[in-house]
Amino acid sequence: MNLLATVGRVFLEFLQYCGRLAIFAGLSLFHCLRPPVYTRLIGQQMLDIGYFSLPVVGLTAIFTGMVLALQSHTGFARFSAEGAVATVVVISMTRELGPVLAGLMVAGRIGAAMAAEIGTMRVTEQIDALSTLSTNPFKYLVAPRIIAGLVMLPCLVLVADIIGIFGGFLVGTYQLGYNPATYIHSSWDYLTPMDVISGLVKASVFGFIISLLGCFNGYHSKGGAQGVGQATTNAVVSASILILTTNYILTALFFDK
Amino acid sequence: MSAPPKIQLIDLHKSFGPKTVLDGISLDIMQGESFVIIGGSGSGKSVTLKCILGLMRPERGRILVDGEDVVGIPPRERERVMQKFGMLFQGGALFDSLPVWQNVAFGLMQGRRMDRAAARRKALEKLAQVGLGSDVAELSPAELSGGMQKRVALARAIASEPDILFFDEPTTGLDPIMADVINDLIVKCVKELGATAVSITHDMHSARKIGDRMGMLYHGQMIWVGNTAEIDRTDNPYVQQFIHGRADGPIKMELRH
Repeated sequence: MNLLATVGRVFLEFLQYCGRLAIFAGLSLFHCLRPPVYTRLIGQQMLDIGYFSLPVVGLTAIFTGMVLALQSHTGFARFSAEGAVATVVVISMTRELGPVLAGLMVAGRIGAAMAAEIGTMRVTEQIDALSTLSTNPFKYLVAPRIIAGLVMLPCLVLVADIIGIFGGFLVGTYQLGYNPATYIHSSWDYLTPMDVISGLVKASVFGFIISLLGCFNGYHSKGGAQGVGQATTNAVVSASILILTTNYILTALFFDK
Repeated sequence: MSAPPKIQLIDLHKSFGPKTVLDGISLDIMQGESFVIIGGSGSGKSVTLKCILGLMRPERGRILVDGEDVVGIPPRERERVMQKFGMLFQGGALFDSLPVWQNVAFGLMQGRRMDRAAARRKALEKLAQVGLGSDVAELSPAELSGGMQKRVALARAIASEPDILFFDEPTTGLDPIMADVINDLIVKCVKELGATAVSITHDMHSARKIGDRMGMLYHGQMIWVGNTAEIDRTDNPYVQQFIHGRADGPIKMELRH
């Protein structure tokens, strides 16, 4: 009986969490679309999310592309299908690995920072102070982060795609001995606009998820330093899980025929 | 006919789960008076203040500001009402990401759309009013001492020359000399603005200095209201125990052994 009660309570708490998150998401989008727009804050967030995440996303992408080429080559050699390596690298990077890995890296870097910053503002009453100064915290704190996440993740993913494909090219031509012209030809021939577009749409959704969960967890944090730490962990873990779940749903929507 | 109260609380109730924090508070605060709410920790002082400021919503009861019921008003209306308020938070609640002058000018630039140069001039003027020079204007709040942070927070609270000022534990965490400096500044600023002031504190020296009238909260009820001069003459045993800081008396601290 106690076990059932516990399961029921956990389920109800989960539903409550989902409801609060949905209301928060609705309010965030509402405030993104209504003036005033804080352009300076949006620009600042764009720099944080886009420009300052470039090194970590770039490094992740190049090594992923390199490993992908190497693994594809050793696997495909068993079926004498080495010619498909370039195609596999380019499609995997644009459709899946670019957006997912960039999303996860940015969730760790930016989602955590957002939750920590907004969480600290919550526990030190800075968010209350914003309200008393006739400034809506959703407009001032949440909307710029959501807009920046929506816009900058696709830009980051585009860069990650190019770097990842270049990493595969380096390994393919210098280590595995493919002809550079043939490698580029194989990459280009089988790449369709939909491969890139689907990746960029995914990136935009992931950007929204990262910003939303970073802001949501920070905004609702309580209890001092421990609460802020908990909010930071929740932001990263929930964003990562939601990115992977949403990735499957979007892939099924785009490519399941 | 006497003037209507500036702030009127009518039968205010607020609970957190099973814990009742405000249990039917009614109170009139008149135009131009400085009212101090005293009471022990957990007696409901901060919740009362947050309800008036609209940061919390009472379950029952009405809050009238200039005769207008402000409970549950829409966000746009709330922003208009907020322009009447200035608030000094217990910990200062200064924005870490902004320099001192932008903290002071925040309400002017965001809430009242004042241009940057004019807002900066006004901020320097308000900093001077609380005894701070222009040399601190470009510093970050983290570079200031506790007393200086409190003064900056006071300058921010009075910057938009509000009708009503709120002070949440204005002297907590300060040495006795700095606490007296802050008390003097509060009295001076309230007088200069001709504002109505509502303070909460358990520092009786501060309460006597800044208050024209006082009210004592105990277990969510206003158990005594009177002029500051009368507080030492009252025979209310709760007030007597509190103002003399005695361990013995009708107020029992909730201690676990």
